[in-house]
Amino acid sequence: MTSESLNVEVWRGGATGTFQTFTLPRRQNQTVLDVVTEIQREQDATLSYRFACRVGMCGSCAMVVNGRPRWTCRTRVSEAASAEGALRLEPLRNFTVVKDLAVDMAQFFDKWRDAHGYFQPAAQRPADFAVVPPATPARQAADAGIECIGCGVCYSACDVVAWDKEYLGPAALNRAWTLVNDVRDAGQAARLGAVAGDDGCQCCHTHMSCTSFCPKAIAPTYSIAGLKRTLFWQALKGGTR
Amino acid sequence: MTAALFLAQRISAMVLALAVAVHLGTILYAVRGGLTAGDILARTHGNLGFALFYSVFVVGVAVHAPIGLRNVIREWTPWRGPALDGALAVFAVALLALGMRAVIAVYIA
Amino acid sequence: MMRASHKQPGFVAALLHRLSGIALAIFLPLHFLALGTALKGAGALDSFLAVTHAPLVKATEFLLVAALATHMTLGLRILAIEFLDIRERTAAVLTGCAAAVFAVGLAFLLNVG
Repeated sequence: MTSESLNVEVWRGGATGTFQTFTLPRRQNQTVLDVVTEIQREQDATLSYRFACRVGMCGSCAMVVNGRPRWTCRTRVSEAASAEGALRLEPLRNFTVVKDLAVDMAQFFDKWRDAHGYFQPAAQRPADFAVVPPATPARQAADAGIECIGCGVCYSACDVVAWDKEYLGPAALNRAWTLVNDVRDAGQAARLGAVAGDDGCQCCHTHMSCTSFCPKAIAPTYSIAGLKRTLFWQALKGGTR
Repeated sequence: MTAALFLAQRISAMVLALAVAVHLGTILYAVRGGLTAGDILARTHGNLGFALFYSVFVVGVAVHAPIGLRNVIREWTPWRGPALDGALAVFAVALLALGMRAVIAVYIA
Repeated sequence: MMRASHKQPGFVAALLHRLSGIALAIFLPLHFLALGTALKGAGALDSFLAVTHAPLVKATEFLLVAALATHMTLGLRILAIEFLDIRERTAAVLTGCAAAVFAVGLAFLLNVG
């Protein structure tokens, strides 16, 4: 440990607000989520933040830590704090702040729906179970993006979302790409129509922040590239406009 | 960017990637020891291959540049909508007209 | 505090791509107008080219040639990711692009005499 105590600047307020500084002891193996919890329990019970599982399964504790969006439960203070033992905690960017470190996820998940990021069964129930060999290219493409738990880190990191509020964003488009590669899905035409357009996958400029910061090591950039490729060939054949 | 604009943007990009590589080579070759109108026009005058190559180049640019600017303006300024698209269509036509005028100028001069 | 996403090589690549593109879009109409003066004969074009010997104009020309090379090489990066599904290491690609641009710029400066 580099110092005995930790100086933590924490965002207080909503869309407008200020940073409030707390000082607390540095502890062994302390995570950023431990820090937030200690502040709330020992120093200021009015601090609002969100968490559930504490072990990197639920995806609800994401915050911007020293400028980078991360899961606070899986981030040790020793890897995130500056050499002087300083931490700056902000709510996720590109979300509406409810209060302090808690954000409203509604628009984020609305975009999953808008991108048709849900399984669309066929009108007729198939006669038998679909056989999907794990080694097929389509299934492997789906598997590459399927582990997303919707934490919002990629959406917070994306500059294009910051510039164009309507852009569907990396998480929703990644989910759409996994479904494009699901051979059982019967809603492909509508889905490809939903992810094309002025706020769709073609907006991505390959900054790769989503891919760099995803705690699950998913690469939404390449999922979005897959959508672009699919739509390119479709448009070339005179399909979706 | 819509699917149609994306298609136009990427196809023109592929054409321009080749054209720019040739153009850069031409620039490096042409500027050896200074550049005079006589040198340029001696190469381009009556050279149909030159005129065709640069016609393709101009068309590619007239497609590519306005779509790129549309992205930049939509993302970095509040301006969007039909007025923006109209202004960029005018820019595209202007680029095409000025570009073809330049190609013709160095071809017949 | 600088946001972490802006320290990413991918962001730097996209920013350079965009700025070089804007520079080229502004410059192109002027370039076309200059060549169009040849319609009035070689003399007119020559009197325009005389302006290009000023040091400041020469520096601008160098930047435009560099912008063209930058925009092309970074565009190839995008096409490779989108159409060839190449999983790149952006920092290495960006370094390669910078080297290519530097080579073109140097060749231009040495040749322009």
